[in-house]
Amino acid sequence: MSTKSPPRKSPWSWRSRAFRGLIYQVAAMAVIGLAAWFLWSNTLTNMRVRGIQSGFDFLSQPAGFSIGESLYAFDSAESYLRAFGVGLTNTLRVAIAGIVLATILGTLIGIGRFSRNGLVRGLCSAYVECFRNIPVLLQLLVWYLVLTEVFPAIQDAWKLGPFFLSKGGLNFPAPVWAPGEAWLGAGLLAGLALAWFWRRWARRQFDLTGRARSMFWMPLALVLAAALAGWLAGGASTVLDYPVKGEFAVENGGALTPEFLALLLGLTMYTAGFIAEVVRSGIASVPAGQGEAAAALGLDRRMEIRLILLPQALRVIIPPLTNQFLNLTKNSSLAVAIGYPDIVSIANTAMNQTGRAVECIAILMSVYLTLSLLTSAGMNWYNARVAIKER
Amino acid sequence: MDGTGTSAAGFRPVPARPAPRSTEGAWPWMRANLFGSWQTTAGTVVLGALMLWLLPRLVDWALLRAVWTPDLAACKAMEGVGACWGVVAEKYRVIIFGRYPFEEQWRPLVATVLMVAILVASCTRPFWKRWLVLLWAGVLVAFFVLMYGNVLGLSKVETDRWGGLPLTILLSSLSIVLAFPIALLVALGRRSDLPAIRAFCTIYVELIRGVPLISVLFMASFMFPLFMPPGLTIDVLIRVLVGITLFAAAYLAEVIRGGLQAVPKGQVEAAATLGLSYWQTQRKIVLPQALAMVVPSIVNSFISIFKDTSLVSIVSLYDLTGALDLAINADANWKPFKLQGYFFIALIYFLFCFAMSRYSQWVERQLNAGRRR
Repeated sequence: MSTKSPPRKSPWSWRSRAFRGLIYQVAAMAVIGLAAWFLWSNTLTNMRVRGIQSGFDFLSQPAGFSIGESLYAFDSAESYLRAFGVGLTNTLRVAIAGIVLATILGTLIGIGRFSRNGLVRGLCSAYVECFRNIPVLLQLLVWYLVLTEVFPAIQDAWKLGPFFLSKGGLNFPAPVWAPGEAWLGAGLLAGLALAWFWRRWARRQFDLTGRARSMFWMPLALVLAAALAGWLAGGASTVLDYPVKGEFAVENGGALTPEFLALLLGLTMYTAGFIAEVVRSGIASVPAGQGEAAAALGLDRRMEIRLILLPQALRVIIPPLTNQFLNLTKNSSLAVAIGYPDIVSIANTAMNQTGRAVECIAILMSVYLTLSLLTSAGMNWYNARVAIKER
Repeated sequence: MDGTGTSAAGFRPVPARPAPRSTEGAWPWMRANLFGSWQTTAGTVVLGALMLWLLPRLVDWALLRAVWTPDLAACKAMEGVGACWGVVAEKYRVIIFGRYPFEEQWRPLVATVLMVAILVASCTRPFWKRWLVLLWAGVLVAFFVLMYGNVLGLSKVETDRWGGLPLTILLSSLSIVLAFPIALLVALGRRSDLPAIRAFCTIYVELIRGVPLISVLFMASFMFPLFMPPGLTIDVLIRVLVGITLFAAAYLAEVIRGGLQAVPKGQVEAAATLGLSYWQTQRKIVLPQALAMVVPSIVNSFISIFKDTSLVSIVSLYDLTGALDLAINADANWKPFKLQGYFFIALIYFLFCFAMSRYSQWVERQLNAGRRR
């Protein structure tokens, strides 16, 4: 009986899975590389033919355009780089404000869909359906139109207490910072430190004795009290600068432009609809038995929500909530449609003036990529904190 | 004995219990949902008062005192008191069809009806057959023939005159259809064992998902011309379509990957035991299960792409949003009533998106029917 050993497998044979895999990958990379080279060489040829200059040296040249609103002073003689900086701060300003407001509004509406009141439930569902099913760009345009056309002219601005509302935007009293306010900052910092120590002590006491102490109101009171003490120590020198209606404009005080308001309102209302759905599905994902078990243990409704419902719901809520924050940040790029000087409109202007489309779009994309990565890194850190702690 | 003692006391009937409170009907519902406790009652009173104050004014403005005919003088007279839907009556041809030649507008109408019909048909089970792909190809060809013309005695209409609702529907459906095969490959690539392919697919998805659509559209309209060999110019509609397709593909790939992950590992192992190759496994075992699971999410992606096509108005294509500007901005008489125009196209967007989201919820219920108890 002849025993024939199976044919030896060569590592370089087509029959070898690893070898085939290697070939596939090399082929795929070659195709991608060729395509990239083709596009790149075309770009270089085209730029030469059309006489387009390339490089990022234009960033140090004077921008030559002024910007409607900025957090710090910007003059048209300053460089493109600073103009991009203004655009970035404007983007961040509206994105952060929008994220905070949309989270609050969305959470309220999401919880409202579990209300015992049928009217509240109905209104919350109607809100979600309405605002999620209309493009955010259209909503922005409508808000902008309402703020700039329907609202009264500056001369007969609506006055609500110390606030003025008109086509020129919203004017509000703003505190004037004096040197004495350093004390306020110091008091605030001291309060934060105190609150941190209090929470640490309270948690340790709870572990030792089982006696629960206030973990929210007491620290909040500490922070506020310390800040107040600091403010008084500084001589209580803060003055509010009230807006005054002048001949052609509302002067003094702080002001928000209609562009900013329209963008903020549109982004907030649109994203709140999505966040409400995220919150609703998170709460719905906690089995009803958990609440019943909490009741059986004798926890009251507040304790049940804080200790049983929220920790489990948050785990479901956080990842899609991160997505909504990222979406809001990316949607803030629609500012270009209503003339709010965010980074996209600055890049658009720079592109039209210098013709350096490749560089400007590269800057734009890298800024948004960085923002996205930062936001998801922050939220991943928070998510890791609320995730199930397994042994 | 005790027992006999009580029976000797005589039979005393237990009084009948009161009938249970009815739990169905309008009044019990209101009692439970509007006036259940004092907090609920207070909420109902406050909200009800607010609605009683607001709703009549809204109805008055939007319906009772509205001007429905394209009568400029009447609109001006009622400005601020009643809505001027006359602006829609006056301009609806431009709002819906954009700059398409006026006499030829039956063509985009037929094309749009065809496209919507096949979209609706694709949503029903009897059409989930192989020949649906052929049907789609046929409808797309018919759409382009109708819109572009130049054959069958139809006059030629350049793509820069396409606009309005047909453009919105074309961009969203064509980009999702074209994005689907790309997304399938990228999703498989992200789960592949081959590191180079996995890395490439991951970078593609994360890169596209990290940037806003508007920057992709800027790239499509400003940078694509530079990418092409000199002398070759590509129509702006095609460039924007490519941009939206690449964008949609990244999001769709993540949706499909979610479905792939939900297929139990045993399925792939069983396929390997049967000796199926990689592609056979994916085609016959994994994808049918994975795709069926993610149909609702695919519909949701379609909804967001449908809404996102409104962004092409920023790169000067006249989709529904752009066509409204086109119709109203040039006409100083009607410009004060642009808000009503916005409400009109918002209603169109809403109807499409709402119908699709209801459909996706219906599919979800169908899919979960087996799991529900």
